[in-house]
Amino acid sequence: MIGSPDLVAFTRDEEYDSPLQSCPGLPEEYSVPLFPYSEAESSPWSRLSGAKFSRDFILISEFSEQVGPQPLLTFPDDPRVRGAFDLNYFSLRIMSVDYQASFVGHPPGSSYPKLNFVEDSKVVLGDSKEGAFAYVHHLTLYDLEARGFVRPFCMAYISTDEDKIMAQFLELSGDFSKASECLKTGNRKAFANELEKKLKDLDYTRTVLLNEMEDQQKTDDKGFYTTQAIEKANELANVEKSIIEHQDLLKQIQSYPYRHLKGDDYQPYVPETPQDEADSETANQDGNDETEVYPPRSSYTPKFIKAKSSKCFDKKLKTLEELVDVYFFTQTIDLLTAIEKRYRGDVSYLIMRHLDRTLLGQQAIANFLFEDVSTWAPKMIDRQYPGNLGTQQNVPSSKFVEDSEGANLKPSLSMESYKSSVESVPIKIEQEMFNDDQDVAGLGDPSGNSEFLEAETKGSLSSGESIEVLRTEKSTLLIHSESQPCLRLHPSPQPRRKVGSRRTISEDSIEVLSTCTSETVIPEDFRATFQLAINEEETSPEGEESANNIQDDPIANEGDVMVDPACCIRVESPHLEDLGGDVVPGDGVVVSVPPQPGEHVSQTFGQVKLSVEQVDNPTEEASSPPESHYLLSSMDAEKLTLDEDSTSFRSSASTCSDRTPSPPPVTTLTERQKRRAGQNALMFIRQYPFSHPAIYSLLSGRTLVVLGEEEAFVKKLVTALSVFVPNNGHVAKPIKPWVTSPLHIMDFQKWKLIGLQRGVTPSGCNTLHSLSRYSRYASILDADNKTLRCPVYRGNLLPRLADHRTQIRKGSTYYMHVQSVLTQLSAKAFLFTFCHHVHLPIREKESEESITQRRTAFLQQLLGLSQEDSKIIEYLSELLKMHYLRESGTPLLPVLRFDYIPSVLYKI
Amino acid sequence: MFRWLLGSREPQAGAEKTSILNPGEEQTQNPYTELTVLKAHNDIVRFLVQVDDNRFASACDDGSVIVWDVQTGEVVFELHGHTQKITAIVVFPNNEANGERTDLMLTASSDKTVIAWDCERGQEVHKASDFLSTVKKLLVLQGLDVWLSGGGELRVWSRDFKVLAETVSFSDGVITSLIELPKNCVAAAVGKDLHIFKLGAVGSEKWDIAEVKRLSTHQDIIRTLANVNELTFVSGSHAGELIVWDALDWSVQAYEKNLSQTSSPQDVSPENKLMPLQEEVSIQCTASDGECVFVAVCRSLYVYNLQTKRVIAYQRHAHDSDIQHMATLPNRQLVSCSEDGSVRIWELRSKAQFHAESVPAGFFSMWGFGKSGKQSNNTVKRAVDTGIIASLELIGDLIGHSSSVQMFLYFQDHGLVTCSADHLIILWKEGKRESRLRSLMLFQKLEQDGDLQAWLSLH
Repeated sequence: MIGSPDLVAFTRDEEYDSPLQSCPGLPEEYSVPLFPYSEAESSPWSRLSGAKFSRDFILISEFSEQVGPQPLLTFPDDPRVRGAFDLNYFSLRIMSVDYQASFVGHPPGSSYPKLNFVEDSKVVLGDSKEGAFAYVHHLTLYDLEARGFVRPFCMAYISTDEDKIMAQFLELSGDFSKASECLKTGNRKAFANELEKKLKDLDYTRTVLLNEMEDQQKTDDKGFYTTQAIEKANELANVEKSIIEHQDLLKQIQSYPYRHLKGDDYQPYVPETPQDEADSETANQDGNDETEVYPPRSSYTPKFIKAKSSKCFDKKLKTLEELVDVYFFTQTIDLLTAIEKRYRGDVSYLIMRHLDRTLLGQQAIANFLFEDVSTWAPKMIDRQYPGNLGTQQNVPSSKFVEDSEGANLKPSLSMESYKSSVESVPIKIEQEMFNDDQDVAGLGDPSGNSEFLEAETKGSLSSGESIEVLRTEKSTLLIHSESQPCLRLHPSPQPRRKVGSRRTISEDSIEVLSTCTSETVIPEDFRATFQLAINEEETSPEGEESANNIQDDPIANEGDVMVDPACCIRVESPHLEDLGGDVVPGDGVVVSVPPQPGEHVSQTFGQVKLSVEQVDNPTEEASSPPESHYLLSSMDAEKLTLDEDSTSFRSSASTCSDRTPSPPPVTTLTERQKRRAGQNALMFIRQYPFSHPAIYSLLSGRTLVVLGEEEAFVKKLVTALSVFVPNNGHVAKPIKPWVTSPLHIMDFQKWKLIGLQRGVTPSGCNTLHSLSRYSRYASILDADNKTLRCPVYRGNLLPRLADHRTQIRKGSTYYMHVQSVLTQLSAKAFLFTFCHHVHLPIREKESEESITQRRTAFLQQLLGLSQEDSKIIEYLSELLKMHYLRESGTPLLPVLRFDYIPSVLYKI
Repeated sequence: MFRWLLGSREPQAGAEKTSILNPGEEQTQNPYTELTVLKAHNDIVRFLVQVDDNRFASACDDGSVIVWDVQTGEVVFELHGHTQKITAIVVFPNNEANGERTDLMLTASSDKTVIAWDCERGQEVHKASDFLSTVKKLLVLQGLDVWLSGGGELRVWSRDFKVLAETVSFSDGVITSLIELPKNCVAAAVGKDLHIFKLGAVGSEKWDIAEVKRLSTHQDIIRTLANVNELTFVSGSHAGELIVWDALDWSVQAYEKNLSQTSSPQDVSPENKLMPLQEEVSIQCTASDGECVFVAVCRSLYVYNLQTKRVIAYQRHAHDSDIQHMATLPNRQLVSCSEDGSVRIWELRSKAQFHAESVPAGFFSMWGFGKSGKQSNNTVKRAVDTGIIASLELIGDLIGHSSSVQMFLYFQDHGLVTCSADHLIILWKEGKRESRLRSLMLFQKLEQDGDLQAWLSLH
C-alpha cells in the first residue's frame, strides 16, 4: 500500500544487510555492507541510476513572494556537477516542506508588528524521480520590504545517497546551522541598518509634513480645515504610527536574544561596513518617486516617503547578498564551500575516516608525529568540552532520553531556544486543523486576503501526496499538542515517520494542506524498513509508535499529529494542481528518518564534536599565523587542488584568507594530495635503489635536501618524500618545497625536507657552497645526477616500509601502508619515551653508563631495533618529549640535533 | 652552455681549499650534537659576556645588549641605551663587603658613553657621558671595587660612577688593551708601547694613578695583551713579536721575533713557503693554561711553552681565515673561532701519546660530496729536533655561522655560545645531556600532573 518506489530502496537495504552478518572477519565498526548487485555495468556507487547529477552539491533556494521557489546558488557552482538536475523543480520541492512558522505580523493583543526569531527547521527529503535525497535546512531572513518582513530561504545538501544523508544528519544539521546562523546574524545587522534608515526617512517625512501643515495654516487662517489639510494630518498620523512601529521593530531586532552556544563561531567581530549605497538604493525603491535632490553624502540622507507605497510587484526584491551583511555573506559562502568539500565522497569513506580519526584521537600524545592536521582537532575538543562529550557517551545507554536531555544533546537547540521558539510561535494545534485562520491571516500582511483558506482546505483534502517528510528536529522536541496526549505521555525523541504533510504554495502565503489526524497502524513492511533506516531500534518499545505516520501540520511545526496512512498514499489532487503551477506535483516521495543522537552512528558522529571542531580550527589558525606559510598545503594545495577545486564556487584561497573568524581553512591533506604523495613515494622507492637511506635520513631527523634544476621535478620528489617526514608539533610538516637562495643554519633547524635549486642563478655558487658547508646537517639527494649523499642505513625497518618490489600499486594504498608502519613506529617511540627506567636512574647514584646500557638494551632487545632504527626511535622520542613539554607549558626553543657520522655517496 | 656547465658541476666544486685541515664528518669526541639558533640582533654581534651561571649578555654593533638565559635560550632583558656600537662590555660583580646586592654590567659604546646596567632588573643604573673619545676597554678591579675605562685616557671610577682618578690623554694613540697586574698595577697597550700604571688611594674620594713604567720593546703595534698567570703576562704585536713579561718587575722574560720561523722552517711544505710572510705574522690573540701560551698568528696556532721557551706544537692552517678569539676550557681543550665562520676544538697531546694511538680511521675523512680525496692528516710534523714535542689535535669543529665568528663563551653546564657577524648567536649543547634533561623534565611534569602514579605503581 505504500507503493512509493522509493520504498524499494529500503527493502533493498534490508537485503544487503544480511551478508553483513556472515562476514565476521572484520571488527564490527569496520564492516561495510557488501555490494549485492551483480550487474556488470553498475558501480556500487551508482545505485540510483535515475540521478541526474554526478556529485553531491549544496543548493540555496528562496521562496520568492513574487516568483515562487527559485534556486539561487549552488556549491560547487559548476553546471557539470548538477548535470540535468532540475533545480527549479527541486527548489519547489524543498521549499514546500518548510515547517517553520515564519509568523510575523500583528499578533492578537499586540498593536505593533512583531518579529519572531524563528528556529530553523531541518528536514530530510527524498525524491525518487530525480534520484535525489536532500538534507534541507530552512531559515528565514528579515527584509523590511518583504511580506511580513520575512524571506524564507533554504539550504539543501543534495545527494544521490540517502544513507549518506541519514548517517550524517546530525553533522549536516550542525554544519548547516552554523551557516544559517551566520547568514541570520548578517541579516539582522543589515535589517537593523535598514530600519535605521527607514526611521530617518520617516522622521524626515514627518518634518516635511509638519512644515507643510504649518505653511497651510499660515496661508489660510480662516479657521477651518480644507480637505487637503485633513489629508495631510492623516498622512502625518500615519507616518507617526509608522515611526513607532519601526522603532519597535528596531528594538526587537536589536534585542535579539544572542543565545549563542558555547563554542560560538561568528562572535564578536562585526565589521563596520554598512552598505549605504545599497541600502539607500533599496530605500529608494520604497516608493519614493521624487527625484533625489540632496547631494550624496557619506552619511545617510533621509528621504521623503509617500504615504502610499507602490505595489509590491513593482519593487525589486533584495538579493540574498543584499539581505545579508557582506562580511557575513562571504563567510557563509566560505562555510558552505567547506561543508561541500567535507562531505564529498562515499558515506562509507566518511564513516571510515571518522573511525580512523577517533582511534587516532586516542593517541593524543604521539599522533602529531605523522598524522595530518585533521586528526588533531578531536583532541582539542576533548580538552575543551569534556562535559559535552560526557553526555554524548552516555547517550547510547539511554535510548529514551527526556526531551530536555535530547535538547542538551543538540547544542543547536538549547532549552532557551526551545522556549523562545515556543513563545514566539503562538500557534495552537487543534483537532480542527484549520481553525487558526486568524493566525495565518495575521501573517504580516494585514491587507492580505484570506482566500487562500479556501484553497487550503481543499488542498488538504487531497493531501496524500507523496512528498515525504522526515522529521524536523523541532518537531521531536516541541511536542505540545494538546490533542495528542499520548505524545505528551511518551515524549520520545525517537524519529518519527511522517508522511504526507505538505503545503501548497500560493502566491500570497504559505499554508498547509493536510488532512487526517487519526492514528494509524503502520504496515509491517514499512516499519521494517523504517527501523532499518534508523539503525535498529529493536530495544525500543516505542518503536512502533514512533514509526507512526504522522501528519505534520506545517503551521504548527512543533506538533506531531497522527495521520491516517491512507491519506498519505498518493492521491491525485486535481484541486491542487488546478490551483496554479505552483503546486507540488504529485510524485513519489520517500519518507526517511534521520538518526537520533542515541544511535550508534550519531554517537560516533556527534554533532558536538563537529561543531566544536569547526570552531577550533580558525582560532588555531589565528593563533599561529606565522606557521601558515609552513603548510605544505598552502604551498601545494594551490597546485594540487587546482584542477579539482576550480569547480567550486570560491577558490580555496579565499577560504584561507586572513580573516580571523573565517571558516576552517583547509589545512588537512586532501585525499587527492595523499594519493598524489603516495603515488610519488611509490615511484620514488621503485626508481631509486637508495630510497632506504633517504627515508632513514628523514625519519632520524636529518634534513634532506633535494637538489635539482627543475622546480617541478624537485617538488615532485619533495611530495614523494613528504609522507616520511615527522611533524615537529601541531603545525604543518617542516617541509620547504622550493628554495632558490643559499641555505642557512636556520633552515636546517626549521625544515627537514628542502627542495633546493641548483645553481642557475648568479648566486648559484653560493647555494652549493653553503650546502657543502652545512653538509653535516643534511643529506643531499641530487635529482639531476640521481645521487644521494647520506649516512648508511643498515636497519631492517625500512625494507618493510619501502619495498621496491612492493605489490602495492595505488598511491592511496601505499600512503595508508606508510601510515600504518609509521604509526607502529610512533607507538614504539611513545613506549620508549615514557618508560621511566630507561631514562632515569632506578637506584640512587646509578651511573650514567648503566642507564645508557639499559636504554640500549631496551631498544635493541625489547623493541628489537637495530642501531639505525634505534636512532629513528630516539629522534621521534625527542620530538615527543619536546612536544609534550611544550604542550604542558614549558617553553622550549626549537633545536637542531645532529650526529657526526660519515656519509656515503649512493649512485644509481 | 653556461647553465649546463654550472648545472653539471659537482656540488662541492667552487670554494673548497684542500690545504686546510679538516676534521671530517665523524667526530667522535665532539660532544656538541645539538644547537639552537638565537636570532634577536640586527647587526654584528661582537661580544659575549657571562653574567652568571645561567645567563650571558651579547653586545651588538647597533648598540643593543641582550641578556639571555643559556638554558632555555630565552631573552631575559633587552637593554637599549647606546646609540652606536658597543666597544666593550664587562660584568662588575656585586661586592658583598660593600653591601651591594646586584651585579652591574658595564657597557661602553662608540657614542662615548658608558652605562651601568642592573643585571637583575635590566635597568640602566648609571650613565657616564663626558668622555672625549670612545672608551675602548673596560676593566674591573674587583679587589679595589673600582673600574677603569681606557680610551684616549685612562680613568678610574668608583662603583657609583664617580671619577676617582684620571691620566692625561695619550699623545700616541688610545688604549687598545688593558689588563690587571699584581700590586694594584694595570698594564695598558697604547700603540707600540706598554704603559704600566699604579693605583693608589689618596683619600676616600680621591685616588692617584701614576705611570710607573713605559715599555717600548715592541717594534709594532701591540695587538694582544694577556695575563698568563700570577707572575707573567704576554703581549703580541702586529709584526709577530711575542714577549713574555714578568708581572712584578715588568722585565722581558722571553722575546720571540717570529713564531713561524722559530718552528721548523725546514719542514714547511712548499705551498706554505709561498705565503706572504708579512701578512701572516700578526698575532691575533693569545690564550694560556698557565704552562703554555697558545698564540694565534693569523690563521695558525702555536703552542709556546713558558718553561722551555720554545714552541712545542703548532698548527699552520688551523683555520681558513684569521682567528678572532681563543680560549682554553677547563677540560684542557682549546677552542678557537675564526673569521671563516667556524669554531674548532683542539686538544694538545704529547708526541708519545700521539704515537701510541694512531690516527683513527675515518677521523680525517674527506669533506665534500663523496669525492674521495687525499687523507689530510699530514699536518703532523716529525720535527722533534725543532722542539716540537706535542701536537695540536683537532677534536671537532662547529659549523653554523655563515660569517665571522666574533667570540664564544663556555658554560660548564650548558656548552658553548658563539656569536657572529651574521647577527646570530648559537647555543651548542651536548645532545645526550639535553636529551637526558628533557626526559627528566618530562617525568617531573608527569609527576606534577599525577600521571606518573600509574607508572610507578606498575613497577
